[in-house]
Amino acid sequence: MLGEYLSIVIFLGVASVIGCVLLTLGTVLGPKKPDAEKLSPYECGFEAFEDARMKFDVRYYLVAILFILFDLEIAFLFPWATVLDSLSTAGLVSFIGFIGLLEIVFLYVWKKGALEWE
Amino acid sequence: MDDLLLVVWTLIKVLMVTVPLILTVAFFTLAERRVIGAMQSRVGPNFIGGPMGLAQPFADVFKMLFKELVLPTNANRFLYFLAPVLTLAPAFAAWAVVPFDDGELIGALSNIDAGLLYLLAMTSMGVYGVLLAGWASNSKYAFLGAMRSAAQIVSYEIAMGFALVGVLVGTGSLNLTKVVLAQGGNAGFFEWFWLPLLPLCVIYFISGVAETNRAPFDVAEGESEIVAGFHVEYSGAAFALFFLAEYANMILIALLTVLMFFGGWLSPFQGWVGGVIGEPGAHWLLIKTVFFMFCFLWFRATFPRYRYDQIMRLGWKVFIPITMVWIVVAALLFHFGLATRGA
Repeated sequence: MLGEYLSIVIFLGVASVIGCVLLTLGTVLGPKKPDAEKLSPYECGFEAFEDARMKFDVRYYLVAILFILFDLEIAFLFPWATVLDSLSTAGLVSFIGFIGLLEIVFLYVWKKGALEWE
Repeated sequence: MDDLLLVVWTLIKVLMVTVPLILTVAFFTLAERRVIGAMQSRVGPNFIGGPMGLAQPFADVFKMLFKELVLPTNANRFLYFLAPVLTLAPAFAAWAVVPFDDGELIGALSNIDAGLLYLLAMTSMGVYGVLLAGWASNSKYAFLGAMRSAAQIVSYEIAMGFALVGVLVGTGSLNLTKVVLAQGGNAGFFEWFWLPLLPLCVIYFISGVAETNRAPFDVAEGESEIVAGFHVEYSGAAFALFFLAEYANMILIALLTVLMFFGGWLSPFQGWVGGVIGEPGAHWLLIKTVFFMFCFLWFRATFPRYRYDQIMRLGWKVFIPITMVWIVVAALLFHFGLATRGA
């Protein structure tokens, strides 16, 4: 069992090493002739006039919050779906109740206009 | 000593998955250019390495490696170089749990019981690379592209997660080998999960296309508005890493669609004809996966790009409601024996 997880750790290690090796190779092999124009952030030919770490639309924040909510629901459903066989009809009914509640929440979010992009 | 041997042996096995994967990515990029070229009545790359252009990917790799790595002014050096590695590592590491057959010949590198959960975790990691790349570059295009991509990826991830729950309802196990074996039976490809879980299957693959930021959902790379999106400031080897991760993810999505909905290595004619055609084997997995990889290219050559608000509408208002309803339908189907699972 430990061996199975060991290969995952080694795989993660190998994948990171591949990334780092490619980056190092690129640094070593590539030319280094920086100048101010080349290093300035790309902005359609004119000079960048303010920092790019600016305010952004609050809707992205809303999407993130909704994502956390719904992803959490999925995490709740995983164990249920795994043992569905050994649950009686009661397990199924309570699940339908759970999904029904989720649907109501979803409709509320929809009606509130949180899913609108215009 | 035994421990050391185990580590070395595991390392060899990991490389036996990684090296073919990198080669597949290399030739997939070539295939993309050739296939889309053919679809648009062009030739595509056909000069380097004979009439097929077979050496083109290697020429590309060397060209990328010999290009300058530019670190933009005011960029955060550590995060800027962390982002491509953070994108690549999960895209590759996800392959650790992928089974290639039932274990008689190849099996999976690590046949863990939490396989699907691990895959969900690994495919979710990609969004960090995107966000970090956009933030660290300190460029407005990169920043806007990263915000868009991240919002798009997390939106479609919910639909994908619900589709996974549907598969779980069918199999009752998170182990990927068992997921495939649950689709076995004597009715050939009618036993596979695409039939009882058809809407989930379609949504899973389309969400996969959106998740990998591929056409027609590639607003991150909408050339006409935000140039190359989150990786606009990346050059040379760092850009190559994003490229590698994107293609590895495409192949992974194609493979997962096959494993979860199209019977993995099982033969489509199982129970109907005997002999080689009716036998399961890794070659079936290969054929099916190549078909779905081809679909990625086909979509790109066929569909015009969606507008960003249309993408979000499709994800939130179409896919998520359908998947939520269909897991209930799937649960009822499997509970009352209208759909069955194999051994």
